[in-house]
Amino acid sequence: MNNFWIIFWHTYFSKIKTKSFIITSLITLVLIVGLTNMSKIIDVFSDDEQGEKVAVIDQSGELFAPFKEQIKTINKDVHLQLFEGSEAEGEKAVKNDEYKGLLILSQDNENLPVASYKAKSIADSTLPATLQQGLQQIKTQAAAEQINLSQEQLGKLYEPVAFNKTALEENAKTEEELNQARGLVYVLLFVIYFAVVMYANMIAMEVATEKSSRVMEILISSVSPIKQMFAKILGIALLSLTQMAAFLLIGYYFVKQNLESMEGGFFEFFGFGDIPVQTIIYAVVFFILGYFLYATLAAFLGSLVSRIEDVQQMITPMTIMIVAGFMIAMVGLNQPETTFITITSYIPFFTPMLMFMRVGMLTLPAWEPLLGIAILLVTIVVLAIFGARVYKGGVLMYGKSNSFKDIKKALQLTKNK
Amino acid sequence: MGLQLEHVTKRFGNFTAVNDLSISIPEKEMFGFLGGNGAGKTTTFRMILGLIDASEGEITWDGQTIDYSTSPLIGYLPEERGLYPKLKVKDQIVYLARLRGMQKQDVLKELDYWLSRFKVPEYAEKKVEELSKGNQQKIQFITAVIHKPKLLILDEPFSGLDPVNVEQLKDAVLELKNNGTTIVFSSHRMEHVEEMCEHLCIMHKGKPVVQGALKEIKRAFGRKNLVIHADFSLEFLKNYPGVTRSRQTTEGIHLQIEGEEIAEGILKEIVGKGFIRKFVLEEPSLNDIFIEKVGASYE
Repeated sequence: MNNFWIIFWHTYFSKIKTKSFIITSLITLVLIVGLTNMSKIIDVFSDDEQGEKVAVIDQSGELFAPFKEQIKTINKDVHLQLFEGSEAEGEKAVKNDEYKGLLILSQDNENLPVASYKAKSIADSTLPATLQQGLQQIKTQAAAEQINLSQEQLGKLYEPVAFNKTALEENAKTEEELNQARGLVYVLLFVIYFAVVMYANMIAMEVATEKSSRVMEILISSVSPIKQMFAKILGIALLSLTQMAAFLLIGYYFVKQNLESMEGGFFEFFGFGDIPVQTIIYAVVFFILGYFLYATLAAFLGSLVSRIEDVQQMITPMTIMIVAGFMIAMVGLNQPETTFITITSYIPFFTPMLMFMRVGMLTLPAWEPLLGIAILLVTIVVLAIFGARVYKGGVLMYGKSNSFKDIKKALQLTKNK
Repeated sequence: MGLQLEHVTKRFGNFTAVNDLSISIPEKEMFGFLGGNGAGKTTTFRMILGLIDASEGEITWDGQTIDYSTSPLIGYLPEERGLYPKLKVKDQIVYLARLRGMQKQDVLKELDYWLSRFKVPEYAEKKVEELSKGNQQKIQFITAVIHKPKLLILDEPFSGLDPVNVEQLKDAVLELKNNGTTIVFSSHRMEHVEEMCEHLCIMHKGKPVVQGALKEIKRAFGRKNLVIHADFSLEFLKNYPGVTRSRQTTEGIHLQIEGEEIAEGILKEIVGKGFIRKFVLEEPSLNDIFIEKVGASYE
């Protein structure tokens, strides 16, 4: 077998067998299973609560009945109980966890409802908000009656205005679609970001480990450093695809399962309802290209250090670049059409995330992402040629080396004259 | 044909690491490289291996330039030991030997032989980081020779080993030589080179200072060592014409003289002065030559 494949498979199998890799993968899988089953998990914990009981002291004597009706239509899980007793007794009952809260209803001098709500803590705002909403409706009705508005007139007042939006451009995304796309793009951007940082780190560590353990000198005396570098980058690429495939399959399986049980809600919000195939394909393409771009960079940066401790310092500028790309993409999610985003999406180091974000959010003419991909490919090739030369010299350099001057030195080592 | 270095020079920027080095090493020979730190030994080896290109000159093995296609023919033991600390000895050697063109089954067979030869068969399943330095060295040596290279380059093979291990390794090296391997090795230890090499080269600051067959070098050096043990004081010999160097010992004196005829004169001089227990004329040691040529600044 060719030396290239020996290194390729060695990198792949020795990495996939390491404890740290297996543990990270398992933790991530558990997280994915947890996230995709989030609503089920929440259900399990909230099952035993059987709704929330609220004690009501009705000082007006007439508000409780309509209020209870009103609340029933808003949220069936909120149970109101008329509390016969003083305010102090009510407070005590709340403190003893007999009730979730105490609501005191009264009327002001215009006969409009007034209320005060007491609970052990007001950190949970949903219950008081529900109560407030119910009471608001009662008040609106009472006020309308006072100024002799009929039910019809009241209806007219609250009827939403007719407002139709039409996109003139073909295939343009509707507001709803845009929201859905945003969720999906957001999740995929995160995946690209994490994967690129993680695997680029892995490559730099791998190279630096071989160098610091000095096994490098034996390796490069049997296989050319360039062959070695690319075998390693591709080996880790296969590793990353294996890991991503496992995550995606598990994630997809659970999303599909849970979709049936819960229409709408969380998943639909994140745009998982019907996943556009195009977005996924672009995500894979930009992930792979982003990986190669940063992996090549990481490999030659890793070849410049002689101690593992220096790796992080060496690749920090690269990491910052990835983080910057991610930040810009996050901002861009809300305004994907700005010129700034458009321009930066053609800068190769940002293209993987920004161009993907634009493709996912907007309806771009096909040449735009293709141009981005082309620029990215050219950059990768240039970087690979340059990186290979630095790598070749870098792996022979030892000593304190953590400055970018070493790149020049490494290039000098590979030169003939 | 063997290994040919013709007018090889290597410059790093303004610094000349190796300057106009020409060496011819016949096949099946053992060639010794001597030199202090920074003399250019490792750079020369790296050029022979093709890891770095020479600025000028040419290096050939059997008339061919050395590159990655010839790598199965070459074995290399680098000065800085390097193995994967977390990998098992077996996996490690299988991986590295396959990169030199071996099949896995053959590697395992050879590995058994070498591990039992070094009396450490139980190491196959151990991680390298669990082994002592001397034992790591043995593994490193096995890595260099397992694919039966035609040309073996050993950069400081015996440094950091105890005397028993040095003997074991020396035996292995001599056996390889007898089986027809061409061996180039470097060392700080003169006695190893003296004992094992027919040809040698002493490097100093990138230049070959002395070069050729061991016997020739010694003869050409001219000077000899004279050891005299006697019951009377020999101090007056220090200033005897033809004595270049002298050292008093508890039992007598060690002299370095310019030629055999000086020894004759000295003998005539001291006979009759008292009882002479020892009078020996010795070939110069490599150490003497090294110090003379490279300067006493070293060591």
